[in-house]
Amino acid sequence: MKIAQNLIQSVKPHFEKGGRFEKFHPAFDALETFLFVPAHTTASGVHIRDAIDLKRTMFTVIIALVPTLLFGMWNVGYQHHLAYGVQVSMMDNFLFGFWKVLPIIVVSYTVGLGVEFIFAIIRNHQVSEGYLVTGLLIPLTMPVTIPLWMVALAAIFCTVLGKEIFGGTGMNFMNPALLARAFLFFAFPAYMSGDIWTDLSSENGHSLVDAYSGATNLVTFDTDFTKVGTVSDMFWGFEQGSIGETSAFACLIGAFILIVTGIGSWQIIVSCFVGALVMGLVLNGLAPVDIPTHPMHTPAYYHWLMGGFAFGAVYMATDPVSAAHTEVGKWIYGLLIGMFTVILRVFNPAYPEGVMLSILLMNVFAPLIDHIVIEQHIKNRKKRA
Amino acid sequence: MSTETSATLATQETKKEGLLSKKNIQILRDPLDDTNPVTVQILGVCSALAVTVQVKPALIMALGVTLVTAFSNLIISLIRNSIPNRIRIIVQLIVVAMLVTIVDQVLKAYLFDVSKKLSVFVGLIITNCIVMGRLEAFALAQKPWPSFLDGIGNGLGYGIILVVVAFVRELLGAGSVFGIKVVPQWLYDMGYVNNGLMMLPPAALFLIGIYIWWQRSRNKNLINAS
Repeated sequence: MKIAQNLIQSVKPHFEKGGRFEKFHPAFDALETFLFVPAHTTASGVHIRDAIDLKRTMFTVIIALVPTLLFGMWNVGYQHHLAYGVQVSMMDNFLFGFWKVLPIIVVSYTVGLGVEFIFAIIRNHQVSEGYLVTGLLIPLTMPVTIPLWMVALAAIFCTVLGKEIFGGTGMNFMNPALLARAFLFFAFPAYMSGDIWTDLSSENGHSLVDAYSGATNLVTFDTDFTKVGTVSDMFWGFEQGSIGETSAFACLIGAFILIVTGIGSWQIIVSCFVGALVMGLVLNGLAPVDIPTHPMHTPAYYHWLMGGFAFGAVYMATDPVSAAHTEVGKWIYGLLIGMFTVILRVFNPAYPEGVMLSILLMNVFAPLIDHIVIEQHIKNRKKRA
Repeated sequence: MSTETSATLATQETKKEGLLSKKNIQILRDPLDDTNPVTVQILGVCSALAVTVQVKPALIMALGVTLVTAFSNLIISLIRNSIPNRIRIIVQLIVVAMLVTIVDQVLKAYLFDVSKKLSVFVGLIITNCIVMGRLEAFALAQKPWPSFLDGIGNGLGYGIILVVVAFVRELLGAGSVFGIKVVPQWLYDMGYVNNGLMMLPPAALFLIGIYIWWQRSRNKNLINAS
């Protein structure tokens, strides 16, 4: 640590104003504050003293993401070996997935951070930490078979059009990671939906088992909801899907970390789940009696476990920038996300992953919700006065 | 608004001037960039979303709109002193509708396949805000020649955006330009895939947005005071 600090201090003058690499100061600054606690202090005005800054916040989210990441890696190997009917140890499953997922993460981080550094240098502002989380969220929302150049393209798209164009981290009105996924979903539908969820690179001496089906539960349930996996499989995550989304259990651990540290808003997480449950129950009540396999009959809590709902509700909807900010607003925002997710899933088979679209939709409406809540509050106060 | 200032400038002209005087050149050139009908005045965006999937229809559409704006400006400017103010919109509509019908019939006769692709959007030039906008803002108060130039300039300004957007959309969305494959086969063999988003109308919005971004970062006249 001492050596690193000496090294940083010795090259620092070159990056200060008037130095040789003055232009690259934002890049240097990003590295320095990433490694060490920054020495900047606020010069004037009232401010809160707190150990936590944006970088530590982002890191907490990354720690909360680790369970889904580890489980996702294991599940990639598990699904692959399951499709070929091969029995391997848990470690082998994990290692197989590790080597498949790692390139996606590396590409996502290199490209996205590259774009951020370029913008920081051109615009002469600090490199912001927002991409630390986005860079990990992008791979977790991708199927493992996604070509790497598409990941790169999505990272560029979401950083430039989702964030930098509006002024960088904290200015984006939509969740950048979801934007990246939505971009790929519409740009390359053949690589984001259909039978692409399991890595089917050939396995020596084995062929696909007969019972293999590439469809995820979300696709299956649209024709016959009784054919989806068992509840415990869906809860623990032994199902096909994007890398990080399958395990509701891993998302619960993440939710616990986010709520305990106060980084994620528990109101949003809870209200998302409540919204989905309420909508699921309403649809159950309205479901056609003569078609017992109709997706409207799906038990409401299935929606919590299927697909990426838990992942979206815990990690995506709680994004502090694009979510609603007022207390009441958070509840409305979360409830509507849950409701729209279920509606999209049940009534629109073309877009199986409703949670992505409903979160993006509510991201757009979040400022409006906040505005209405505040206006209403002011009105109520005036009445009392 | 620079449109208004250039318009008021032009009304103040009293002495005779050449056909391509500096002022007239400005009238022709301004709409290409400084007062571009699509990216600055934000007019005619709907058709820019609809007809820009391929370059060829976009080009034909741009030509059609250019002809219509130019000649409707010219005609309205010629009869501007005899149009009763109360029914001027109706008169304008009749002139524009006549020109659009001519364009539509010519397309149907000589470029039937393109005409089919453009479908209703040729007919909808009548409602294109650029045409009416220029008539109201310019031709009703200007001499015929500057009006004609203004029409051509605005049509071309619209056309530039259309062709640029269509070029990018067709190149990325279908791998071709003017219907000719330009993305080589070996690139597809390496795993390149056409971008399906580019075939959807929102792509045109993204591209126009990026164009505006680029335009404003380059052209300092367009930066708002706010």
